[in-house]
Amino acid sequence: MIVYLVRRLGQSLVAIAAMAVLVFVGVYAIGNPVDILINPESTQAQIAATMQRLGLDRPLWEQFGIFVWNALHGDLGISFVYGRPAMQIILERLPATMELALVALVLSVSIGIPLGVLAGLKPNSIGGRSIMAGSILGFSLPNFWQGMLLILIFAVLLGWLPAGGRGETVEVLGIRVSFLTLDGLKHLILPAMNLALFKMSLVIRLARANTREVCLQDYVKYARAKGLSSRRIVLVHILKNILIPVVTIIGLELGSMVAFAIVTETVFAWPGMGKLLIDSINLLDRPVIVAYLMLTVLIIVTINLVVDVIYSLLDPRVRLSEVDA
Amino acid sequence: MSDEAAMGLSEKAEPPVKQPAEAKRAPALESPAMRIAREFCEDRLAVLGLVLFLAIAAIAILAPWITPQNPYDLAQLDIMDGGLPPGSESFATGGTYWLGTDEQGRDMLSAIAYGLRISLLVATVSLAFAIAIGVAAGTTAAYLGGKVDTLIMRVVDLQLSFPSILIALILLALFGRGIDKVIIALIIVQWAYYARTVRSSAIVETRKDYIDAARCLALSHRRIMFRHLLPNCVPPLIVVGTVQIAQAIALEATLSFLGVGVPITEPSLGLLIANGYDYLLSGRYWVSIFPGIALVATIIAINLVGDRLRDVLNPRLQT
Repeated sequence: MIVYLVRRLGQSLVAIAAMAVLVFVGVYAIGNPVDILINPESTQAQIAATMQRLGLDRPLWEQFGIFVWNALHGDLGISFVYGRPAMQIILERLPATMELALVALVLSVSIGIPLGVLAGLKPNSIGGRSIMAGSILGFSLPNFWQGMLLILIFAVLLGWLPAGGRGETVEVLGIRVSFLTLDGLKHLILPAMNLALFKMSLVIRLARANTREVCLQDYVKYARAKGLSSRRIVLVHILKNILIPVVTIIGLELGSMVAFAIVTETVFAWPGMGKLLIDSINLLDRPVIVAYLMLTVLIIVTINLVVDVIYSLLDPRVRLSEVDA
Repeated sequence: MSDEAAMGLSEKAEPPVKQPAEAKRAPALESPAMRIAREFCEDRLAVLGLVLFLAIAAIAILAPWITPQNPYDLAQLDIMDGGLPPGSESFATGGTYWLGTDEQGRDMLSAIAYGLRISLLVATVSLAFAIAIGVAAGTTAAYLGGKVDTLIMRVVDLQLSFPSILIALILLALFGRGIDKVIIALIIVQWAYYARTVRSSAIVETRKDYIDAARCLALSHRRIMFRHLLPNCVPPLIVVGTVQIAQAIALEATLSFLGVGVPITEPSLGLLIANGYDYLLSGRYWVSIFPGIALVATIIAINLVGDRLRDVLNPRLQT
């Protein structure tokens, strides 16, 4: 287990290092870093001072060292627009994005798994077929357009829910959340649903495919032969065995939800870090872009690591084969 | 290989081959292509998808000749016709705007046809390059094995562990806007899927006797790779290709919607939708809803075809 853990940790560090190199090369080496990192409106003296502070007058490998050193200390530059450390601005926006992603994840799992199992048990029934047709629709609707439709229907035409923003928030353990107030909840439903629909389709298809395969296994036939109730067969024998692949995918998808939140946040004006990224790209606020990328990479790599470790705990074959290799 | 196992989904693309079962089902002397075509047609929805896609592709290709106006020739636009709802008559020419106009008096029907052209162009060009690169990398990895294999697959694993939209956004934030830049970003995002698919099926194929036989004949590596190995890796590639082209169209639309994709002078469907977004809340729904419907119809058509192809080409599902 320890061999596996160390090996997996090493892979994660390599992934982070590789992305750091990419971001560094992209921002510092392609094009003139002075244009990218220093506010175009600053004076000659300011430029010289910042260049010295960032070490831009030194050779490239030394600059990379400074970039990594600063990044490790959480210093990824000062935002041009806000005039504050970029990392600080991103971290302020992090809770809103995480709240959105987690609520969406819960929605997609709690609705997706039952529907998927249902469709897997009766693949040729009308219910099973319409669930699959729905999931094709969920896959096919581009996220941003689907969000616009939701706004058009529920905010403009019906007027039930607000079209954007985060609404009223309350502070829990120093983090501001919206799902605990009625107003916040109203603001949360549409964006969370929008973010959840795509993953829900994925969960449905995965649960359906796995249910179909598990149903053909001998132990399910045996359980039937023993005369167990179909309720028990589904809840215990089938559900347990489809959970491993589903849990893995869900874990991995949490990372992509944080990334895909960019789209949902832009459509619904949700004040998370994804919207901040798009605003920063449009305003050419590079330190914030770099800070966002490094933080998101860190989040995704960490999630992947945690999922893999959990997975190896659930399924001993994984860690054993890895040690052999 | 924990990453491989973790990705679960693509792992399913490795079919254990069941030739005898297939042979029993098919009538005598039916070629594989004919069998696939026959089984494909058994699903009416898939045929509908194929017909729809062909129609959309025809509209996109023929756009300059069949649309009522060239939406980007300013001489043909009349500001008097701005913001008309669907079905209105033009004040200038007396023609009918079946899908309405935007605020500059641009016929939405024509704008959508031109938008489709750009969306499909970006998707197909990036698809072609991504497949070429992915197939070359995947076959090389599977055939040579060892360190080359490890190196290529590590890069693939690394890339696939990040969401495609994130990678595309990073690239476009660095490159700036432009059709060529979107295409490059899509190629970089997509090649890894093909590399992984081709490698996994090529590894299965490499262990088979006919490859050994080819090696015994002392054929060149190149010949074995491209003439013997590759043709047998095509079915899973087609399935992944249809999924990916739909993804590419959606991703390009998303990037353009976010304002980092194609330039304003050459709007794809995504950019048309983004332009109309400002008018959505004020009730001029047609400026962004109709391009959206065109986009969704394209993606659904491709997904329907892809779904059926997956079933037809996967021997595991043939009972």
